[in-house]
Amino acid sequence: MKIAVCVKHVPEGPGRIDPGSKRLDRTGEGALNHFDANAVEEALRLKGDGEGEVVVVSLGPEKAADSLRKALAMGADRAVLVSDEAAAGSDLVATSKVLAGALARENADLVLFGQQASDADGAVLWAAVAERLRRPVVSQAAELTVSGDTVRVKRQTEYGYDVIEASLPAVVAVSDAINEPRYPSLKGIMGAKKKPFETLTVSDTGVAADEAGEAGSKTEVRALGAPPSRGESKKIEGDANAAQAIVDFLAEKRLV
Amino acid sequence: MIRASDFPPPFAASEFVGEPTDPADERIEVGVLVVGGGPAGLACAIRLGQLLAEHPDVAERMGDVPVALLEKGKQPGSHLLSGAVVNPRALRKLGYRIEDLPSYGPVHDEAVYVLTRRNALRIPPPPTMRNHGNVVFSLSRLGRRLAEDAEEGGVTILPETVGEKLLVQHGRVVGVRTGDKGRGREGEPLGNYEPGADIVAKVTVLAEGTQGHLTGVALDHFGLRGDEPQVWELGVKEVWKVPRPLGRVVHTMGWPLRTAARYREFGGSFVYPMGDDMLTIGMVVGLDYRDVELSAHDLLQELKTHPKIRKLLAGGERVAWGAKTIPSGGWHSLPTRLHAPGLLLCGDGVGLVNIARLKGVHYAIESGRLAAESAFASLQRGATPATALGAYDDAIRSGFIGRDLYEVRDMRQVFGRGFFVGGALASAMTVSKGRLAIGKMRAEPDAEQPLLRSAGRADRYPAPDGTLTFDKLSSVFLSGNKTRDDQPNHIRVERRVPREVADLWINMCPAQVYELGTEGGDGTVTVQLAPSNCVQCGAITAKGGRLTPPEGGSGPEYTST
Amino acid sequence: MSILVFLEHHDGEIQKGSLGVLAKAASLGDAHAVIVGGGVGALAAEAGKYGAVKVHVADDASLDPPLPQPRVDVLAKLAGDYDAVFFANSVLAADVAAGLAARLDAGLNWDLVDVTGDFTGKRPALQDSVLVDVGWKSTPRLALFRAGSFDAAPTGGGEPETTQAAVELEEHSRAAKIVDQQLEEASGPSIEDADVIVAGGRGLGAPENFTLAEELARALGGAVGATRAVVDAGWYPYSAQIGQTGKTVSPKLYVALGISGAIQHKVGMQSSNVIVAINKDPNAPIFEFSDLGVVGDVHEVVPKLTELVKQRKS
Repeated sequence: MKIAVCVKHVPEGPGRIDPGSKRLDRTGEGALNHFDANAVEEALRLKGDGEGEVVVVSLGPEKAADSLRKALAMGADRAVLVSDEAAAGSDLVATSKVLAGALARENADLVLFGQQASDADGAVLWAAVAERLRRPVVSQAAELTVSGDTVRVKRQTEYGYDVIEASLPAVVAVSDAINEPRYPSLKGIMGAKKKPFETLTVSDTGVAADEAGEAGSKTEVRALGAPPSRGESKKIEGDANAAQAIVDFLAEKRLV
Repeated sequence: MIRASDFPPPFAASEFVGEPTDPADERIEVGVLVVGGGPAGLACAIRLGQLLAEHPDVAERMGDVPVALLEKGKQPGSHLLSGAVVNPRALRKLGYRIEDLPSYGPVHDEAVYVLTRRNALRIPPPPTMRNHGNVVFSLSRLGRRLAEDAEEGGVTILPETVGEKLLVQHGRVVGVRTGDKGRGREGEPLGNYEPGADIVAKVTVLAEGTQGHLTGVALDHFGLRGDEPQVWELGVKEVWKVPRPLGRVVHTMGWPLRTAARYREFGGSFVYPMGDDMLTIGMVVGLDYRDVELSAHDLLQELKTHPKIRKLLAGGERVAWGAKTIPSGGWHSLPTRLHAPGLLLCGDGVGLVNIARLKGVHYAIESGRLAAESAFASLQRGATPATALGAYDDAIRSGFIGRDLYEVRDMRQVFGRGFFVGGALASAMTVSKGRLAIGKMRAEPDAEQPLLRSAGRADRYPAPDGTLTFDKLSSVFLSGNKTRDDQPNHIRVERRVPREVADLWINMCPAQVYELGTEGGDGTVTVQLAPSNCVQCGAITAKGGRLTPPEGGSGPEYTST
Repeated sequence: MSILVFLEHHDGEIQKGSLGVLAKAASLGDAHAVIVGGGVGALAAEAGKYGAVKVHVADDASLDPPLPQPRVDVLAKLAGDYDAVFFANSVLAADVAAGLAARLDAGLNWDLVDVTGDFTGKRPALQDSVLVDVGWKSTPRLALFRAGSFDAAPTGGGEPETTQAAVELEEHSRAAKIVDQQLEEASGPSIEDADVIVAGGRGLGAPENFTLAEELARALGGAVGATRAVVDAGWYPYSAQIGQTGKTVSPKLYVALGISGAIQHKVGMQSSNVIVAINKDPNAPIFEFSDLGVVGDVHEVVPKLTELVKQRKS
């Protein structure tokens, strides 16, 4: 079975928005989005000691290679990085197009995503990618098994959970409750350098330059503003009336 | 008289020395193993890469991984912190042109001030503090760049990997065992437990920096400590974005440190320009201080309230914070030997620092380079490893590192006599190029200093206002520290101590690791720990406890310090 | 200007969050709704009462399972006629919105807390420390709003115009099926999903005093959280830890008992809708970002508060 895992290299540390581009400053240090580590781990578990292949795919700057190498160190077999100036500033529409192009080349049985990006930029990517690949998508997977050509997913929702079966090839986004990602072993880290690593341009994925990047994006960032104000902040003494004052406050906000 | 040294930590070096335990075919074999991705370790790795490229016959015999470098931080640079105004000579010897490195430019101008609470008296820079020709760097940034170059030179860098145990067989260092990952608070293996591994190497180079864990273990195991104990300073610094360029290198002495000899508050501050829009400001204080209410972090906050300093920072924004110790015993505190069978010791770990000039980075780099030369020589056919490694010692002592350290060898000790007497003696020493000998003055270990209390001093530090002055916890946050909480505790201290010792540690620690626990009723208290705050500065080891490395990848993630 | 609103429903009722978004749409222009499911015809009238002037209903047993892709198929046929399509965030709605964005090559802005009449979306970023203005370059404009951004507003409106929406499912939309469902009435919600969290810190004084937090949480129907300090001290399990190295939560109500509000904790809960803090120390940083701060003793205030809440609810 061939499993492709989409991973993202996200900025580390307290984020900064670059006032020029009004986008997240990605020039500093970055790391493998820790939710994607769950997806890589799940792929490795599914592969086990078997014959399958786990390939990690990312769209990002050259530095994203670090995150891909971490995934290789964990045990993934191969890495593909789409790194192209033309893709800079891509929104959901553009990113999903390029990623879908890269994934279509792989033609994997199962495509895995982590449940969100810690930089909150890619929180809904999997459904858009699945649509372009025309594959069934299941998100919030807390458990995942594959038998034959069916994937069975326990999906967490606000109400409890659903058990969903989808036919392969399929796209699944895993929640961070699904597993505990392994630490790469030293042998893994050292072996990562020797594993196949492919770098693609946007056109390698079958997407035209004007369909990617800002040109291909259908949304834009216009301005940065002051933080949403919390509004008036009240402070009161903890005297005999405090409890009632709290209840009144909560009632006013329709919280009780 | 209460001394922190009367309450030693539960630690024995022998815990961290042993034979390899992995089955022979599972051990990871490398040619040369370098522990530590700081300037010393990276210089060693880079030089080895150069030598092996020039001598493919030797390289061939080194196996698949000729040079491996372990770094306990997330990546090289994450745990690096210094001023830093660097003497470029060692980088040039490594083959670099300074223009090709990410520096903040040469030093154009400098000034030294003696501060009082409200005033700043400019004095001519003492001979030891002239920086013409030196270059301003962020050590963290430089480390990241050197690591890239090392990798390009064929070095395998293993980040988030701790050298936990020295592997010794038949009296010879044969490598290092790395630390486990995925253990819980009580040491129990968690779901993703990954045991460490034995890495065996022909030569092991320890370049762990200040308070290096295995370095300390090796010095004890091989009996390499000299008569004079090592002593340390604690430096706490910040990086600020500022609207007006600083334009010059500034050092201060005096306030907020106290000059009377009984306090033993040796140190000062630095303010270095980082380009036109940033600067770094730091407070350095000797850990032989005696007042349990002294807090280096808060002294830095207090320093910033001085009118002259406040002006430099007005309209600016703090963007980084960190802390680290600096070994300051110099020549007298060097180990008796810097090598052992199979082992070489470099950099801050063995105290190659000229505290009078506040310089150590170029010595670290040079020692790393010399270690590479010796290691390489020992790998030649027909070489006698003992001779080759011994030559490293000679190279250090007879080269510029040894000469410089010898010249200022009594500098640190004289300041124990107080600032004014000490200052005069120090200048006299430098002017005479070290020929004016004061006579060896015994230094005491920092932890043996008798403790006293200036009641209320801790209360008088400025309250954090979130704009100019900051509390410890938000500073730890700014260091990028997001260490996993449910790890085993890595800090060894005696947990039930007199109140004075507890307060000593509580105030000392820049990262608020230590807290008051419960009272014992007999004048003792228990000490509570929040080990995940730890930024691994090493101060506790100087003042009565022992820092061991936590899980690889833990600790700060410095980028511009 | 006409806006299509995706109304999510559960157990025969339209989701409050969806109704809130409907109210917002109605304030901007003509609000039309789309309801997809099995046996949902009756909900059209509900939608009308909350601001929809027209409702597209796709009612079929095959649409009963709450799967996203069939909904994308339904909406794809309708969306082209609208200036914008609004969604209230949920596990299902997020997948529908993103799938629709890809189907139509239409821009999607998510995690919005508001939108202006000229379609500038407001989106908090960097743990709510910045507000970003976002826009769309084409139509239909897809907008996914953060849960609880708007309140539902019954308009007293009459019957909306109702049409049957075409249902033609793509092959890949038929490739997933729900084989089992478990609705959880567990012993209280998990921290991640809870609408209300009562968290305890060192100011509680002793581990036994966590019962104060537990009782209040039970009365409010919420979950219990803890700061790193008390978890470190062994007072409460790590699974309840909220903060930089614990969980990040954004419930509707966060009650902080004896918590100082150090930044390591703050970043885990600062985007909670409403924050109430009780702490003895008037200078505790938490008072700088709480909506209601009570300077007092948790032992005196909380038991009374719990009582009053219980009385109110009964």
